[in-house]
Amino acid sequence: MAFLIETLIGGLLSGVMYALVAIGFVLIYKASGVFNFAQGAMVLCAALTFVTLRDQGLAFWFAALVTLAIMVVLAIAVERVVLRPLMNQSQITLFMATLGLSFVIEGMSQLVMGASVHELDLGIVDTPVEVGPILVSQFDLVAAAAAGILVLALSVFFNVTRIGISLRAIADDPQAALSIGIRLQRLWRIVWGVAGFVALVAGLLWGSRQGVQFSLTFVVLKALPVLIIGGFTSIAGAIVGGLIVGAADALAEIYVGPLLGGSVSTWFVYVLAVAFLLIRPAGLFGERAIERV
Amino acid sequence: MSSAETEAAADFVAPGAARDWRGLRRALPLGLLLAVAFVIVPLAGTDYWFNAILIPFLIMALAGLGLNLLMGYAGQASLGTGAFMATGAYATYNLLLRLPDIPLPISLVLGGLIAGAVGVVVGLPSLRIKGFYLLASTLAAQFLLEWIFNQYGWFSNYSTSSSISAPKLAILGQDLSSPVGRYLMTLTAVVAIAAVAARLVKSQTGRAWSAVRDMDTAAAVIGVPVARSKLSAFFVGAAVCGVAGALWAFAYLGTVDARSFGLDRSFQVMFIIIVGGMGSIAGNFIGSAFIVLLPILLSQVSDRLFGGTVDAGQLANLQRIAFGALIIWFLIKEPAGLAALAERGWRRLRPSGTAGPERGSRPGNTGKIF
Repeated sequence: MAFLIETLIGGLLSGVMYALVAIGFVLIYKASGVFNFAQGAMVLCAALTFVTLRDQGLAFWFAALVTLAIMVVLAIAVERVVLRPLMNQSQITLFMATLGLSFVIEGMSQLVMGASVHELDLGIVDTPVEVGPILVSQFDLVAAAAAGILVLALSVFFNVTRIGISLRAIADDPQAALSIGIRLQRLWRIVWGVAGFVALVAGLLWGSRQGVQFSLTFVVLKALPVLIIGGFTSIAGAIVGGLIVGAADALAEIYVGPLLGGSVSTWFVYVLAVAFLLIRPAGLFGERAIERV
Repeated sequence: MSSAETEAAADFVAPGAARDWRGLRRALPLGLLLAVAFVIVPLAGTDYWFNAILIPFLIMALAGLGLNLLMGYAGQASLGTGAFMATGAYATYNLLLRLPDIPLPISLVLGGLIAGAVGVVVGLPSLRIKGFYLLASTLAAQFLLEWIFNQYGWFSNYSTSSSISAPKLAILGQDLSSPVGRYLMTLTAVVAIAAVAARLVKSQTGRAWSAVRDMDTAAAVIGVPVARSKLSAFFVGAAVCGVAGALWAFAYLGTVDARSFGLDRSFQVMFIIIVGGMGSIAGNFIGSAFIVLLPILLSQVSDRLFGGTVDAGQLANLQRIAFGALIIWFLIKEPAGLAALAERGWRRLRPSGTAGPERGSRPGNTGKIF
């Protein structure tokens, strides 16, 4: 029983980290209707930049600031070079463009900063904490806390600030938003910048867990089921979806895997997510679209 | 106005002899192209051309055709292409292995049909969801099927290595394992399937697909059987992809290997139809030429420019950047796909008096599926 709870808690905590990646998707999808596949490449780019700066001897906060600045520059460039010329194109075209973008970002990052695996030490001690009979990874706790704070901050940002409210207006009806003088393109830059910041946080946490390397881009594939379950448009959904996916992934690996004779982690959460969809087609918190003929 | 409507209208425009004459004129370039492909290329081509360029180009165009029927014509986005191809490859392999009496072409077709049946199951969620949700849910099939083929030895006849060599290719005692033989086999399959597909998209089924793509709620209101259309699109699309997968394994690689049908393959095929043109048969070939040739071209160019001075890893990164940037550039320049570009160029070349209302698919109208 203790082992079951331990697995569950471990899964939930890594679920928070999945949610972190998923939030990057939600932000951009809500504001611009773009399903940004380059989010994984952005995570890699942020983590690689940070590690390279740290290797040059920069202090933690300074390295983080410089990386953030680079992510913001990237966001502005993406809006100018990719999004603006593709305005009013179909969503699938934009999706493909972000795929191309992910090639460019991955290639650039590795070209400039090398493809070798980097260690990333955030200075978090990873000794397990004992809670009664249960062992919990301290690193996971810190990571989950960091993700939780980020989510709270984002919620405040979107619900209280002027920028956040304009973003919600755009998500609701881009034309109406434009007609009352909301500057769409500036907001896109801001959203991509914020998504870059989220990618930085995700890159740091994931990078220190599994090393900064190309496989960081694959965390995107763990984030997709989170999006299916939680809905593409809801930050709360991303959190709940992340928790479900994290827990299901961990439990399935222990209890379902042996039954089928192998690791099931590549597909189990996807099948679960599809099963979810059959019950709630717009995800747990997604908005139900009303169609007019 | 939906493209289905314009196509339908154009079918009634030119009755009788005039229509036949125009059909002939339109068929002429295509006939010439086929003559070159079937007669001149086998005589003139080198083994390198067959193995490295022509065979993969044709097979990827076929896979693109499969996805294009599903996504470009019926509007059902899918990233399960790799899984459909793998299903076709493994199904054909097992048919050849376990039922050696069945001739190769029949096994190919049966393999395709099995992939189609799997496609219907994968397509079931499309009855409830659409757009990116559907796209993401087809990933479940992609990962699950890839895992199954690796996990259970029965599919690979308990081979100890993860890749299994394909049986010898022969039709009616005629050995087809030479590069020319494999090229001709691939070409025949691709041309036959493309011809069927070109008819199919103008049949009632094809019109229903377009209606569902343009707006499924509206299609349901006017009495198009939406569920049947979606599932039949999944069946046909997956079946065509399945044949492409079998050809990929047998005519191109010579081995059946689940790793060559991963998610990257699915993305690659989707690139083909986006770059080539959604809702266009010819677009698949243009897109495939782009996707197959570009990496070869890029590696040639970078070898010439930086050969010896830059290490292989950096070269790969440079190619990655160039590939991604070109994709974005083409999407910006021609969001409706290269087929639309080619069609515009073609129309400009023709004398203006004979232009008339054009027939056939018009990629420009069909780019927006969700």
